[in-house]
Amino acid sequence: MLTKKRWWVPWAFLAIPLIMYLIWVIIPIGRTFVYSFSSWDGLSENIDFIGFDNFKMLFGDRIFTTALMNNIKWFIFFIIIPVPVGLGFAMLLDMKLPGSKLFKTLVYLPMTLSFVVIGTMWSWIYEPQYGALNSFLDAIGLDFLITPWLSDPQIVTFSLIFAAIWRQIPYMMVLFLAGLKNVSQDQVEAAYVDGANAWQRFWNIILPALRPSMIVAITVSIIDSLRAFDIVFVMTKGGPFHSSTVLANFMYIEAFNNYRMGYGSAIAVIQFAITFGFIILYLLNAMKNEE
Amino acid sequence: MKKRKLSAKMMFYILSLFIVIVWLIPFFITTFTSLKSMDEIMSSTSWWKPPQQLVWENFADSWEQGNMKTYFRNTFIITVPSVIGTLLVSSLGAFALSFYKFKMSKIILIIFVAGMLIPFQMLLIPVYKFSQQTGLYDTFQGVILFHIAFQLGFCTFFLRNFMIGIPKSIFESAKIDGANDFTLYRKIALPLSLPAMAALGILEFTWIWNDYLWGLILLQSDNLKPVTLGLVNLQGQWVTSWNIISAASLIAAIVPLVVFLIFQRYFIDGLTVGAVKG
Repeated sequence: MLTKKRWWVPWAFLAIPLIMYLIWVIIPIGRTFVYSFSSWDGLSENIDFIGFDNFKMLFGDRIFTTALMNNIKWFIFFIIIPVPVGLGFAMLLDMKLPGSKLFKTLVYLPMTLSFVVIGTMWSWIYEPQYGALNSFLDAIGLDFLITPWLSDPQIVTFSLIFAAIWRQIPYMMVLFLAGLKNVSQDQVEAAYVDGANAWQRFWNIILPALRPSMIVAITVSIIDSLRAFDIVFVMTKGGPFHSSTVLANFMYIEAFNNYRMGYGSAIAVIQFAITFGFIILYLLNAMKNEE
Repeated sequence: MKKRKLSAKMMFYILSLFIVIVWLIPFFITTFTSLKSMDEIMSSTSWWKPPQQLVWENFADSWEQGNMKTYFRNTFIITVPSVIGTLLVSSLGAFALSFYKFKMSKIILIIFVAGMLIPFQMLLIPVYKFSQQTGLYDTFQGVILFHIAFQLGFCTFFLRNFMIGIPKSIFESAKIDGANDFTLYRKIALPLSLPAMAALGILEFTWIWNDYLWGLILLQSDNLKPVTLGLVNLQGQWVTSWNIISAASLIAAIVPLVVFLIFQRYFIDGLTVGAVKG
């Protein structure tokens, strides 16, 4: 379809998207790598390069360690709660009961909200004196559980993760509902006739058929857990005493509040390094599907 | 046996209903709070009780004094062109990558996909610097152009995967009739991709509407800020007036909520197809 003379035709179509992508995505990625070796404050004209000093400093920085540990908590809880619960919801709402369509719609609703709105709603729920959670615990006689959910350094990260999970579970549910469409009903029926109980049908037929959705769900959870920013920034700004900070939040504060753009870039590079493996896996998988 | 099945159905039904109610509790709390007076909130902590008197002034206050009206308008000004722009620009790229066979096409596709997966922190500082140097900082155009560019990876990937399914024979016959390449794109690829564009458009609309980070990085003037940043500002101003804050969150949430309720099918389709989002 393309003769030698017309090699430029696809490039004419690609010109605008490629140039925009280069300016706002590709070149910035390269520049962040360069800045990560500098002590730049973001303001001065000349940039001093300091080799790997930023990275060495990072590993001695207590806040960095806290942020990294918190990201790991996000990561673990994003896998162990939303994935199985989302699957459970999907199985339950996949049954064609009257009203299950409406039920699905209602459970999906948190997905449409921004993290800023979610953060605001949950800040009020967690409010220590008049907030819904503590009032509820008080009303049902569990007042010994009452606690300042967002100002106790031991608990705060879990409070944030829980608010985010409210939105993540419906998302997982969408992925599994799509996967359930590919489960052969004939096979499930046949197993039922053969006397397999509900658990056996789930474990031996449905779950193996959901393998592709499971892989997507886990990849998405990993990437999303490393992207946590808005909700932390809005609800606690990473506090109290940096106890709820995550890498994204730490990076923003170092670069834009403390004017340590070199140091901030180094944090971004570390995050890139953490995600890199997953990106490669995803690309390999996507390319394999191409063949 | 039949009776047991019926009771099992009943049980599943009750379980589903229970989940739905629990899931909606944060919405109930926010809605009730947004319509209560501060006196009522402080005097009774029974958040599950509907307001004694509907205080609609909370909405008026957050809209007028809280300036939500400006933030709300700004979000529209940013979101609509960003979505249209992303769809148009990415459809050009997607057409090139799905219709023509050329050496670099795979590499370019990989670049688009990899770019959408990379952590956004890698872009923050250089994009901020770039906007300052070019005068795009603190302007609507700056944010809009950035959103278009940033979403290109995901949108190109999404549309390209759709367009590659269009039978080549349709293009061939048009070509024999003398159509040039741009006509093939405009008269065949674009109209046939409308369902994919709709799904993508709804998703992108919600994502860009809900953006907080890039508004934070690229805008400074209060009168340009989108509704997400406005909501945060308002919390700084009305610290403990949870009724006004709740009203403002509902204002910030209403448009994506309604868009979702109307176009649910597209939204869910888009989300499933493009599982790893940008």
